[in-house]
Amino acid sequence: MDGPNTTTDNARAGEAGVIACWSCKGPVAQITPLCETCGAVQPPGQLDHYKRLGLAVTFDIHVGELDQLYFDLQRRLHPDRFVTRSPQEKAISQLQATAINDAYETLKDPFKRADYLVHLRGMDVLPEGCNLVNDQELLMESMELREALSDAETVAEIDALSMRANDDIKLCIEQLSTLFNNDDIEGACKLTTRLKYLQKLAEETCIHRKKLI
Amino acid sequence: MATLLQIHEPGATPAPHASDGGLAVGIDLGTTNSVVAVSAAGKPEVLRDADGKALVPSVVAYAPDGSCIVGGMARNLLLDRPECVVGSIKRLMGRGVEDVKALAGVLPFDVDPQPEGETGMVRLNVAGHKLTPVKISADILSALKERAEEHLGYLVDQAVITVPAYFDDAARNATKDAAKLAGIEVLRLVNEPTAAALAYGLDRQAEGIYAVYDLGGGTFDISILRMEKGVFQVLATGGDAALGGDDFDHAIAEHFLTERSSEKQLTGSEVKMALMTARLAKECLSEENSGQWVLDIDNVQTMHSLDRKTYEGLIEELVERTQNICKSVMDDAAVTPDDIKGVVLVGGSTRVPLVRQKVAELFAKEPLADIDPDEVVAIGAALQAEALTVGSDTLLLDVTPLSLGLETMGGLVEKVIPRNTPIPVAKAQEFTTYMDGQSAMAVHVVQGDREMVDQNRSLARFELRGIPPMTAGAARIRVTFAVDADGLLTVSAREDSTGIEAEVAVKPSYGINEEEMATMLFDSMKHAKDDMESRLLAETRVEAGRNLNAVSAALANDGHLLSDAEFNTIKAIVQKLEEAAKGDVRDAITAAAEQLEEATKAFAEKRMDRGIRSALRGVDIDALDEKASSS
Repeated sequence: MDGPNTTTDNARAGEAGVIACWSCKGPVAQITPLCETCGAVQPPGQLDHYKRLGLAVTFDIHVGELDQLYFDLQRRLHPDRFVTRSPQEKAISQLQATAINDAYETLKDPFKRADYLVHLRGMDVLPEGCNLVNDQELLMESMELREALSDAETVAEIDALSMRANDDIKLCIEQLSTLFNNDDIEGACKLTTRLKYLQKLAEETCIHRKKLI
Repeated sequence: MATLLQIHEPGATPAPHASDGGLAVGIDLGTTNSVVAVSAAGKPEVLRDADGKALVPSVVAYAPDGSCIVGGMARNLLLDRPECVVGSIKRLMGRGVEDVKALAGVLPFDVDPQPEGETGMVRLNVAGHKLTPVKISADILSALKERAEEHLGYLVDQAVITVPAYFDDAARNATKDAAKLAGIEVLRLVNEPTAAALAYGLDRQAEGIYAVYDLGGGTFDISILRMEKGVFQVLATGGDAALGGDDFDHAIAEHFLTERSSEKQLTGSEVKMALMTARLAKECLSEENSGQWVLDIDNVQTMHSLDRKTYEGLIEELVERTQNICKSVMDDAAVTPDDIKGVVLVGGSTRVPLVRQKVAELFAKEPLADIDPDEVVAIGAALQAEALTVGSDTLLLDVTPLSLGLETMGGLVEKVIPRNTPIPVAKAQEFTTYMDGQSAMAVHVVQGDREMVDQNRSLARFELRGIPPMTAGAARIRVTFAVDADGLLTVSAREDSTGIEAEVAVKPSYGINEEEMATMLFDSMKHAKDDMESRLLAETRVEAGRNLNAVSAALANDGHLLSDAEFNTIKAIVQKLEEAAKGDVRDAITAAAEQLEEATKAFAEKRMDRGIRSALRGVDIDALDEKASSS
């Protein structure tokens, strides 16, 4: 086998954060989407969503900045840029664009972002296969709101509920920001579950409202 | 050092020569009319016939020998030889026999009754032939291709083709198959409203949030986009793949036929005639307040008058359906009419005054229609074709119109990819076995947003086989769903605990099968074999270009790592490959490419080695910095 493919060299390369470009075979940093030497698009690899988009790992995201970083990456890596290239480059650019979309979709939405950030910090909001919430207070609140929603008969009543849910969502996001900034991951975890319930409720008020009109 | 090969940024590649196949075109393959356009240097042009007409009626007339004519002449035959003429075929793209049965009587098609239990694509009886919608659409595409070739004077074999945003996977695949049959490589399927937005946005330098209301002959789409510095980001899209101006014709035709109060069951041909009269009435009532028409069926002539108010009463419910869809899509995009800066009208049916009025009411602003609503989609497609082949700074970011899901217990749907997710997208879902030793598992993929499986569209069924025997619940089968930039789905699966890959070929429930496709391609021998060889040659050249580009970049960057002798050896092989790539012998290109690969191996090692060493130095420094700052 030739040099760069031996195990020790791979290990060294991994340690250095350098991989071989599939096209020109030269070194390329693992987080670089386009080879600096030959310009070939590189496979997306395993990056966290923040690193992929070039954002600091924090809950407080400026949506305008997120959009700009997202657009800049897609401008360079979207499959539309590779239509006349080799099949391999087309396929890799699709993987890149897919990974960028995934990162963007996750970080754009406050709930998904909180859920992801909790996960990055080593906890899980709702572990896989577990849909039970062990939070009496939250369960009571959610039951009460749901009851109010099913009892609501007029648009005004529903609008009041929807406004309350949306106010709660805003407050919840503000509190989440504080908790993350204070590294209170356990608290953030709990509050993320609440945010999920509130978003669901807000959605249901919308559906309910449409039925009434 | 002499330039080995010119390196082009995607935005700076020079326009290909006519001998390379020339410019790619943009095609709006519509239900009622189709349009072909081309763009050079950012200036799109719709290709017209000698009379200056851009619209090619999507109507095909077949002769007993299988030859056909497309367009206005075919439409003129509709009254004399209705059994030989087909129109509105787009409505059947990707549809199965069952789907069409549900529409039977409403549509002017003579559907071939297929044997009991046989599924697959619907076939129509036309002039004694049994034709699929794919074949008929291919004939329309061939006519458009010919028009483009006459105008441009070279072979046109690449195109951007538009489809309704709300088209499902089967209909998109059917469109791609039709293009293949017509000898056209589809560079990209672009959603019609997105294409319209591109044409409009580039022309008007529009910025902000816009809605595109696209009511065509047979389909309705509404998309809400954000336009910002050349990026066209679709926020949400929705529609109805079976709602359009054709339905207005039907409403009028039914009204006329009720007035005739004839009990007689009409034949397909008679329905076509009634619809033609209705269409004339509709077009007239967009300008006039009333009119009179004669319905001449079965040698019985009846006179019918219709005023605009009565007409609007007939279609009001249909227009309201589009309004309700607009409202849901605004909800999905989380915008209100106040957030929307402008509404662009697309599609011939937006000429109907009631449609304009209702759109203006809903969005609380006068809609924009200053680019011809019949041509704007083809213009956008042509601009995108240029952007894809020649390069551009604009970028279209589209979404999935319909949720993709899987059938779970009790006929319920579990959503895997929700609607309005940006594409391309991939999502994985994990399954497990429910019986000890279970070795296979059926997966049913559906598209749609309803709760129950049978309310959605069945896309594909497949079986995961070869699951190693395990106790129930122990197997971990990961199924990945990927939607590409054309909106097309592929599925792959693997068993995680053993790493066994289960190859999944998704057969679309109503698609054309491989065998049929092969036969059809063989039948249209005009292209088939030569096409295959020239495509392979083109691909080999592209790959050689990539290789040359990579090596020349590496030499420019790291050439100093080589001795003069090594450098010259590589350069000689580079020249050999360059020469071979200019020729037509595929094997010679492949051989030279392999030789180059071999000759640059040691060079690659040196480059990697140096790269790793310098990166490690960087790591050490970073690590030291980190230690310093944390202490």
